[in-house]
Amino acid sequence: MEKYYQPEIETASYEEIRRIQNEKIVKQVRYVYDNVPYYRNLMDKKGVKPDDIKSVDDIKKLPFLSKDDLREAYPYGLLGTDLKNVVRIHSTSGTTGKRVVAFYTQHDIDLWEDCCARAIVAAGGSDEDVCQVCYGYGLFTGGSGLHGGSHKVGCMTLPMSSGNTDRQIQFMMDLGSTILCCTPSYAAYIGESLAEKGYKPEDNKLKAGIFGAEPWTEEMRQGIEKSLGIKAYDIYGLTETSGPGVAFECSEQTGMHINEDHFYAEIIDPETGEVLPEGSKGELVFTSLDKEGFPLLRYRTKDICILSRKKCSCGRTHIKMTKPLGRSDDMMIIRGVNVFPSQIETVLLKEGFPPNYQIVVDRVNNNDTFDIYVECPPELFSDKVAEMQNHEKNLNAAMRSMLGIGPKIHLVAPKSIERSEGKAVRVIDKRKLH
Amino acid sequence: MAVTQLSVFLENRPGMLDKTVAAITAAGINIRALSLADTKDFGILRMIVSDIEKTKAAVSGDTVIKETHVIAIGMDDKSGALNNILRILSADGINIEYVYAFTGAVRGKAYVVLRVDDVGHAEKTLSANGIETLSDCDIKEFLE
Ligand SMILES: [Zn+2]
Repeated sequence: MEKYYQPEIETASYEEIRRIQNEKIVKQVRYVYDNVPYYRNLMDKKGVKPDDIKSVDDIKKLPFLSKDDLREAYPYGLLGTDLKNVVRIHSTSGTTGKRVVAFYTQHDIDLWEDCCARAIVAAGGSDEDVCQVCYGYGLFTGGSGLHGGSHKVGCMTLPMSSGNTDRQIQFMMDLGSTILCCTPSYAAYIGESLAEKGYKPEDNKLKAGIFGAEPWTEEMRQGIEKSLGIKAYDIYGLTETSGPGVAFECSEQTGMHINEDHFYAEIIDPETGEVLPEGSKGELVFTSLDKEGFPLLRYRTKDICILSRKKCSCGRTHIKMTKPLGRSDDMMIIRGVNVFPSQIETVLLKEGFPPNYQIVVDRVNNNDTFDIYVECPPELFSDKVAEMQNHEKNLNAAMRSMLGIGPKIHLVAPKSIERSEGKAVRVIDKRKLH
Repeated sequence: MAVTQLSVFLENRPGMLDKTVAAITAAGINIRALSLADTKDFGILRMIVSDIEKTKAAVSGDTVIKETHVIAIGMDDKSGALNNILRILSADGINIEYVYAFTGAVRGKAYVVLRVDDVGHAEKTLSANGIETLSDCDIKEFLE
């Protein structure tokens, strides 16, 4: 069984990766400048010429692209080549505003499928495997991406698409699927359905799952691993950058290796746009180094992550990103510290509280106040004052260690937190900062 | 032989105590004893009531309610009686979380509720010293 899909590049030295990136970025910026008028315009406005970009260190001089740019440029404004070279499109679901349409040349499809193939091999896949793809096929990138990757690895590929769980289970059991690709919530659902049908985790032949396209927690991972009897691997990607496979998890399961030979990652301060050093928490920005159809430079993902080049036990050298820790649009700055509602949720769940809370931020005498109202679950309610105050104290300490600042915790009655149209209002910012 | 106490979580908002007590009395429940512990953020209302299940039904829609076993003692209503009980318990290393008192139907008698961690241990110690504790049945009886 192969440990890596493309060993030379996946285990290349840092210097070698840099050399490849530098070579590619010079060409790519010139290519974009010449072929994408929308971006050329942005560069001209910023006073940056292709000749100014001599290595990846110069990427910080380039203008950012945001989702708003993509909407404005819809449909063809960011297309990087003649339509005759384009072989496929994919599109985001478009729940907010206009959809985003991404274009792929055959070269783009190839590099994307290579990335997915790396992810499958990292999850222990080889040509001996039976790979069941139950991501949606169609405009969504999930199905096609893993499908193509599975082909490249040489797995027997089951193009199931999503839904029809009974059929999924029948194929899984009859054909002996060994790798499952789907969203983590669907994996959890398949696990439950198997149990309902009386199957035990050891009854299936699955050994690994590649799950992505939505946020999931470590607790969910453990649940899925237990119910299916597998190892569950995370995968990351966006339609704007290709699809799944931009980054993927290895056996260490401590973050996802970014396919750095195709995608250059930066972490920026979402407020100022300044590039932050490795290890900082900030917004993830991707520059595609060799895409043709939809060659986005400095695309702001709005995902908040941390990058790390710490040596990985799997032998891969590519930089790793954490699971997205939040979305930059949800970020609050309290006493100078970036705080995300998702972090607060994580702490609450860990400490045994339901994720029903409200954050109230205010400014009194030029100081930010930070209060979190948390619904007290029946199990934690006590007739002893000291015990109740201990819950508040412990929660405060856990918040402080996660966030870097300690909120004031207020326990409130269950179901007492205001809900507008059924959805809880999570953040009330009373500061008048602008 | 412990007595069942109900505790209700009260948010620190005006009218919360009123609302809860009104809901209980409207359900025809007699509150035999009551104590409120108050902090800046929340209150804990502790009660001995005539009907536990009815009280839970009357309150539970809005908040959290919990049953705990406490010790209730009837004693002569004269100085030194409570002191004597506390001394007996502390001599045996029993820590009291909180105490509250109430008066009963019997003239000349006062009643206290004691919250301890190990009810069984406290009861043994008290009975060894000739002090009888009340049960849920006793409470029901002297309510009639
Ligand atoms: Zn690794």
